[in-house]
Amino acid sequence: MTTVPMPSSRGLTWFQALTGANGIVVDAPRTVRVADAPLGAEITRFIAVCPDPENRFPRARHGEVGLDEAWTLALQVRQTITTDRGQLPRPIVAIVDVSSQAYGRLEELLGLHLACAAAADAYAVARLAGHPVVALIVGKAMSGAFLAHGYQANRLIALDDSGVAVHAMGKSAAARILRCSVDDLELSATHCPPMAHDIRTYAEWGLLHALIHGVNADAPATWDVDLVRDSLVSAVRDARRGPRDLSCRLARGATHGRAASREVRQRLAAQWDGD
Amino acid sequence: MAVTDQDQEAPSYLIHRSFIEMRARERARAILDPGTFRELLGPFDRLKSPWLPRQGVVAQADDGVVVARGTLDGRRAATVMIESAFQGGSIGEVSGAKVAGTLELAYNSWENGRPTIVVLGLESGGVRLQEANLGLAAIAEIHAGIIALRAHVPVIGVISGTVGCFGGMSLAAALCTCLVVTREARLGMNGPEVIEQQAGLAELDAADRLLIWRLIGGEQRYSIGLADVLVEDDADAIAAAVRAASIHSPGKSPAPSTQVIRFLQRLKCINPAEPPDAATLRALWSRETEP
Repeated sequence: MTTVPMPSSRGLTWFQALTGANGIVVDAPRTVRVADAPLGAEITRFIAVCPDPENRFPRARHGEVGLDEAWTLALQVRQTITTDRGQLPRPIVAIVDVSSQAYGRLEELLGLHLACAAAADAYAVARLAGHPVVALIVGKAMSGAFLAHGYQANRLIALDDSGVAVHAMGKSAAARILRCSVDDLELSATHCPPMAHDIRTYAEWGLLHALIHGVNADAPATWDVDLVRDSLVSAVRDARRGPRDLSCRLARGATHGRAASREVRQRLAAQWDGD
Repeated sequence: MAVTDQDQEAPSYLIHRSFIEMRARERARAILDPGTFRELLGPFDRLKSPWLPRQGVVAQADDGVVVARGTLDGRRAATVMIESAFQGGSIGEVSGAKVAGTLELAYNSWENGRPTIVVLGLESGGVRLQEANLGLAAIAEIHAGIIALRAHVPVIGVISGTVGCFGGMSLAAALCTCLVVTREARLGMNGPEVIEQQAGLAELDAADRLLIWRLIGGEQRYSIGLADVLVEDDADAIAAAVRAASIHSPGKSPAPSTQVIRFLQRLKCINPAEPPDAATLRALWSRETEP
């Protein structure tokens, strides 16, 4: 039935490497892949968003998180929570390679913000219900797409690779909004680290649980996959031991990291009960 | 001219106070019980953005977010009003931490038997691009804060306009227990300019104001169930709507972001090859008729 071959993507490459499955779900868009596979000693649910050139929404054919994708993520995560009720909540791994949310008129009309909120909501509820949720960033983790798929995880881990990037907006759009050139924007990033796209600068904020070095991100060999699996197992174990909120993101990298984020919270707490 | 008692009672059109024209502090005072406003991390605390000066932008002593404690009909409350007049209400490291930190403290208060209602004034363009990754990280923490608190205490969002609520903060709006909007509000994932930039003029003409209000304006959002209350741009009307929402016990009306099956069914009725316009969608997704 498929006329156009499914394009490869890092997200799909790692999904297949970690699960041995293609993860296509019946009655769901082929852009959202879901499979259960062993990780360490337990079965883990893996979820990825992938491109599909035949996706019914044209603005979500290149791996973007669109309406169908975000609502399907919400459904899949919530079904995992329901299935595991009354037993040990299984780990959920979000494989992150999302270029952006879908940019389109129809997407706005139909409430893409709500769809992305529903996905973030489901991941956060899974975390609060005791599922160790780990986001594995293998490619781009951009903006609203990352908020919907990955940023609510207990633990964030990433491959140390030049193709791995976290950011709030693509360079061309950001340049237009800030009324400067893309070159100016890249220059700005050199003296204002929050504007940088690369994962090594991002790692300095203390938001990552682990940055995995020396892995072939595009064509992982068996030992690359084993290295990533070990890191996932360690992140799952760490998440189970820690609190279910996101406080670990402020505890790490205490030497520099997000100093102002901590100071605001400390001073706000001191003034909270004024009487 | 003789002054009668009747003349001293000003007509209603004079009493009307525009919420949109208020600054963030006035908005907080307009919502909280009279005389209960107490600002936290105010301008004298001088918690400014450490990053804006590096971009040649003058920082502001409250970083564009006003946090206040007070009461709503005598019950403990905190308001977080984003100042849209500063950097388009954008979320940077400090302003984002003020929002997230308030939600986290309100959660701690609930755990300690002192439930505190949170009201969010969500007039925001989203992430402040000069602080891109720190703004995005803070917004994820804001989402986490709303979702954790919402299970126990109402979190009420207000979008009055005219900046609107975009980017990651539009997700925050969608996560609230109750979302109050005016006709002047706009709510969407991507701002019109960003869509035009990314997808081209044929996809969306950002200069077509009327079209944009029809797509993402407060009235449209309300009519398809993506906002809970539609009110006039009037401080008392907004305060009354917030009070009404604050007495709802959480979990009674599930937030739209948790109604996954319902919205997937709604989406299935849509054919992207023949996209509905705003009016058609109102008929398809009317808040009165299911789905």
